[in-house]
Amino acid sequence: MNTAAKTEVVKESSMVRQKEMIARNYDALTSTAETGKKVASTFVPGNLNELIMSFGMLNNLPEINAINNGMRRKSGMMIMDAERRGHSEDVCTYVKADIGQMSKGNIAPNGKPMPPPDLLLLSYTGCFTFMKWFELLRHEYGCETAMLHVPYTGDGVITDNMRNYVVKQLKEEVIPKLERVSGVKFDIDRLRENLRLSAQAEDDLVWVLQSARNVRSPIDAYFGGVYYIGPIFSAFRGTQEAVDYYRVLRGEIEERIKKGLGPITPEGDMPEEKYRLVVEGPPNWTSFREFWKMFYDEGAVVVSSTYTKVGGVYDLGFRHDPDNPIESLADYCLGCYTNRNLPTRVEMLENYIEEYQADGLLINSIKSCNSFSAGQLLMMQEVEKRTGKPAAFIETDLVDPRYFSAANVKNRLESYFQMVDQKRSAKAA
Amino acid sequence: MKCFVGIDLGSTTTKAVVMDDNGQSLGHGITNSRSNYDTASKVAKMEALVSARLTMFRRALKSIDELNGMVDDVIDGLERNFRLELFLEQLGDLRQTCIKQVRQPGYTGQWDQLSEALDEIFNRLEQSLLALFAPGAERKSDFFRDLAGAEYMNVGEKVAAESGLAFDNLLNVYDKSIIEVENRPPETALAEKFLIALDRVFTERKIPADTQIVRSRIEEALGIDFEETYTVGTGYGRVRLPFPKEHIRSEILCHGLGAHLMYPKTRTVLDIGGQDTKGIQVDGNGIVANFQMNDRCAAGCGRYLGYIADEMNMGLHELGPMAMKATRTVRINSTCTVFAGAELRDRLSLGEKREDIIAGLHRAIILRAMSIISRSGGITDEFTFTGGVAKNEAAVKELRLLVNENYGDVTINIDPDSIYTGALGAAEFARRAGTGVPQSH
Repeated sequence: MNTAAKTEVVKESSMVRQKEMIARNYDALTSTAETGKKVASTFVPGNLNELIMSFGMLNNLPEINAINNGMRRKSGMMIMDAERRGHSEDVCTYVKADIGQMSKGNIAPNGKPMPPPDLLLLSYTGCFTFMKWFELLRHEYGCETAMLHVPYTGDGVITDNMRNYVVKQLKEEVIPKLERVSGVKFDIDRLRENLRLSAQAEDDLVWVLQSARNVRSPIDAYFGGVYYIGPIFSAFRGTQEAVDYYRVLRGEIEERIKKGLGPITPEGDMPEEKYRLVVEGPPNWTSFREFWKMFYDEGAVVVSSTYTKVGGVYDLGFRHDPDNPIESLADYCLGCYTNRNLPTRVEMLENYIEEYQADGLLINSIKSCNSFSAGQLLMMQEVEKRTGKPAAFIETDLVDPRYFSAANVKNRLESYFQMVDQKRSAKAA
Repeated sequence: MKCFVGIDLGSTTTKAVVMDDNGQSLGHGITNSRSNYDTASKVAKMEALVSARLTMFRRALKSIDELNGMVDDVIDGLERNFRLELFLEQLGDLRQTCIKQVRQPGYTGQWDQLSEALDEIFNRLEQSLLALFAPGAERKSDFFRDLAGAEYMNVGEKVAAESGLAFDNLLNVYDKSIIEVENRPPETALAEKFLIALDRVFTERKIPADTQIVRSRIEEALGIDFEETYTVGTGYGRVRLPFPKEHIRSEILCHGLGAHLMYPKTRTVLDIGGQDTKGIQVDGNGIVANFQMNDRCAAGCGRYLGYIADEMNMGLHELGPMAMKATRTVRINSTCTVFAGAELRDRLSLGEKREDIIAGLHRAIILRAMSIISRSGGITDEFTFTGGVAKNEAAVKELRLLVNENYGDVTINIDPDSIYTGALGAAEFARRAGTGVPQSH
């Protein structure tokens, strides 16, 4: 039993602000019948939020809905519903949670039904499942669908050819469809303005994530990090609201650094920082609190994570660029974390361990997410070899509660923490 | 003397090791984990202390020249008779508990008859247990539950038939009582039991030394106080131990260190226990560098064999010897324990020989273990195999084959006491913590 669930959760003002933003977005989505707004369903990685908004459309993100259902412990039933409809046990559990939600009236967290999408906008194929997912949704809704093909950066670089190929698709396929569905003509200046706001928020987000370079990190860049990326990875990138949110958040963290405070957890400030870790892979959502508690109870702080880069690898320098709007959207899609080849991911992890003075690497491998998990064991061994720091591997799932074995995960984590201790004292001796 | 205790609470058995302050293992003990880890750890520790005491006796008797060459015999006799004492005490407890049970309302009207039958059963049980502990007699298990249970079934059925009682009632009484008795560790006063046992040894055989001197040496050894300085717990039940957090270590670290203590050149450890399989890489100091475990599924573990044994209506310990008789190895593809049961029946119906199928099942387990090892970083010379399954000769045979196929010529260490590896590592951690030695040395 998760004791954290019983205690009152400690919240800062950025958290309250974020909660309100998300609630407002769900309200906007569930009131399109009255407002007449059009809805594009799309995915977090490679999402073209600035472009969608420039047509006055709203964006609905099925993975975020699945995460919401996972954290509210509703995804289990939804997944079983989808399995009854013929989806295999091994299919991505975000997909099954989404299908399960649809079969139950597609109710949003505010209790109102979600509108059917006016456009299915697939703007990222770094995850192949996304394409199949939208095929299922197209079958369900029979709505307009735009599928943008994003080439895999197998050699670790974005070539001009790749960029031009994506730009061409944006100009010839995506924008015309958005115009058709929304009835609004494409306005590049509106897009530029949105991109300008994106870049501002992105600067502050990077500052926030890099604040974990402080030894006595003021944040947890994984469990806390998923909250910090919330607005920018979802419907708010390119809005003033996001700019304001990140300004407030940055202020809070500056304050924490000044006061010498560690990360905030659901049970308050972390009293000590015993271990600094880099984590690869998404978190488990169905037992999120319980999972987090296994870390903070042991004094383990995640100082950097790759999951907080799935919606944009901003810390490596990319910014949305109002001066090159379509090209920067193309670069954004091409540069998503899971679109990067394994050597690049290894290098990122290696650099994180060095830059953030981490004790080691922990991989949370997701059973139903091959785009993340394939190759992770090799990555781990390579990172261990290069850094000489210990690594560990745990396995859970995104939103299928059946695949979170708390005893097993805890056992491995404790072993890992003790392994770090042992290595440390060996080094000291 | 100062001593340090390591306790490994496994899913099937609980093990304890007692160590002195020089890092010498003095003794070890094992018991079934039951559903009560508190009792299991108490019993395992008591067993380890008994075994440590026997080590003291052995050291003490070595100074008597006349006993040269037969110290081990004397110690064996002492242990056997001591166990008999313990068993008789537990048997007495079981008798009292059973008699109390029949006073429950469910047995109204049958009280006299049942009590009489129980008296008869326990009188006979006492005799048969005495025979089991006679010199040279073989026992299938050293756990009270196993021995008393098997004999109770035998004797109980006969007594029920003779007295016209329903055997089911006697069985119910036993089932309820054994749990209670098992969860009540034997009363201590171990010294007294050792002295009674010593007298029995003297009457059993002639000792070529002055029995007074032997007795006084044993009494001196009994006088050495085991001062429990530090205890470390490990294994799945570790959080249930009544220890503060710093007295608890992960079983990965304990197995790594334990294997290093047994074979200092160990670099890779495979441990196959009841419900988990661990592949561990250690450095030259026994520090864990990497590990992998089975997750979500226990198909490659000891319980898999337990399940198969049940399916085949065989004893767990009969599986290995049967598999060794195989002339070929049937390929078992299933990675699921329950499916393996189905596959087994399917193969039987196709006319495959039992021993060949069982050999295939052993191979299936080892194949899964090999996958876990390779995920942890492969096998580096030397390789140490530990855990309950390391006692199974057919599993060891398959392991040797697969290690050789995949990693070539590698030294494979298997200690007959490998089941204590985790507890040994825990005891060493306890010693380091208790004597201020750095944890990594």
